[in-house]
Amino acid sequence: MSEQVGLRGKAWFRALTGKELPMIGDPPSVLTADAKLGDDTARFLCVVPNAQARFPCARHGEVGLEEAYTLAARVREAIDRDASGNRRPIVAIVDVKSQAYGRREETAAIFLAAASAADAYASARMKGHPVITLVVGQAISGGFLTHGYQANRVLAFDDKGVVIHAMHKEAAARITLRTVADLERLGHEIAPMSYDIRDFAKLGLLHKVLHVENPDRPAPATIAQVQKELIGAVIDARAGSTDLSNRLDSEGARQMRKAGRTARTYLQAQWTKP
Amino acid sequence: MSNADMISAFVNRQSFIELDARERAQSLMDSGSWRELVGPFDRIESPWLPAQGIAPQSDDGCVVLKGTVAGEAVVVIALEGGFQAGSMGEVSGAKMSTALDLAAQDSQNGTKTTAILLLETGGVRLQEANLGLAVVAEVMASMLALRRHAPIITVIAGTVGCFGGMSLAAGLSSYLVMTREARLGLNGPEVIEQESGLEEFDSSDHALVWAIDGGEQRVAMGVADELVLDDVQSIAAAVRRYVAAGLPPVHRSEQFEIYRKRTAALDTSSQIDPLTLRDSWNGRTAIGGAQ
Repeated sequence: MSEQVGLRGKAWFRALTGKELPMIGDPPSVLTADAKLGDDTARFLCVVPNAQARFPCARHGEVGLEEAYTLAARVREAIDRDASGNRRPIVAIVDVKSQAYGRREETAAIFLAAASAADAYASARMKGHPVITLVVGQAISGGFLTHGYQANRVLAFDDKGVVIHAMHKEAAARITLRTVADLERLGHEIAPMSYDIRDFAKLGLLHKVLHVENPDRPAPATIAQVQKELIGAVIDARAGSTDLSNRLDSEGARQMRKAGRTARTYLQAQWTKP
Repeated sequence: MSNADMISAFVNRQSFIELDARERAQSLMDSGSWRELVGPFDRIESPWLPAQGIAPQSDDGCVVLKGTVAGEAVVVIALEGGFQAGSMGEVSGAKMSTALDLAAQDSQNGTKTTAILLLETGGVRLQEANLGLAVVAEVMASMLALRRHAPIITVIAGTVGCFGGMSLAAGLSSYLVMTREARLGLNGPEVIEQESGLEEFDSSDHALVWAIDGGEQRVAMGVADELVLDDVQSIAAAVRRYVAAGLPPVHRSEQFEIYRKRTAALDTSSQIDPLTLRDSWNGRTAIGGAQ
């Protein structure tokens, strides 16, 4: 599966924008393009593998320093351009295996790079850009926090190639001193630990799960279907609040995040109590 | 300060690191000003840990105190490094993001409320995996919303440090205060060693770990604002200064243009020498902190 990471992202970037090259001055690992989405011109962003990346630990579709700062710059550019006009939708196409696990990255403070990209996406959202994330493949850990998780609305394909998780299976097993088999068993019993997108959907964090035919090679009808869903998400985001409260108020969250919701209710009540 | 004064200050200090999360939070606030919100007696615990044979904690490792610092309204949110390495779960995350949201609400309504985060955390609690990642994203969103109205002062004292998703939260802070004992990084050394191999990062080499992630390095290279002694009075004084300073003119996480150029200028053909980075980045061109 790891060889496939990023290929689907690139395929969907091409399908939705008609382009496949980075903007001038950007590294080959970050694709950005403005393209029609319904009545809007939306900005699409995608991180793809770059086997020749300057940073050796960011050559397989990981989000590293260059990727994070490029995303920050391209999202901020859209914010600046729309400062006095219609706020364009920003669509993050997500297929990232993780953040880059390298010493060079840590030395050069990759935490700040990742924060800068997340800051840009969240700033766009708070300024009224509908920020929509489309998870077409993997959305793992710091890679997802950097690219996609600050969106107003998150959509994901209902497909076994789609994984949204805090850490990829092998690493999580090593760190929690469990076997991969144990982890898979626990995932079936404990919903937030599952690697299955249908279990993830139960947590109430997604706007929608999309059933699509052959997501590796999107046909015109499938592309049209996904565009229609993106347009729907843009309309929904424009009508809603610019924070992430919808994630804790969703139907799924009412079932699966009872403890978190109780903590919130208690804290709100005690905040003003004399 | 003369050597004699420095030695005396070192010997007579009251360690901050040795305090637990609750004592740390209290030690920074005006005496008698604080009250704890959703404390241990409310018994809101992680519903996910018992099913995995792990004892939950009745505050879920997150302490929220509302009160004042030098008379100014603040909320202090402290993570307990002694419980599940300060990791973020469904409950601790909801406490943190809600407290930040309420501080933002008060700030917008005329009572500017500064948030002070005491981060001792390995990041996402892997036993609550996807909800842990979700709450980290929500905490970041709440920080960014508050940051438009009131500053966020983050203290990383040690010894857990601040890693994983919560390092992004540290990166969003208005001011970042660290001790020499503290570490800050996205991927902990053990994780890099596991993922990329021993030759990439030998996590048993403590000198290397602190040379890269340590508080002295993070301040010297300009990605954190102030290095403080592990001393309650010194840390409380730094926090008071930043509360009084208010919002910085620009946040570090908005200065992507400077850091993008710096990244482009790095020689990546071999590992990057942390000391060289201090010289080339030394913080003079980037605005950060109240200096």
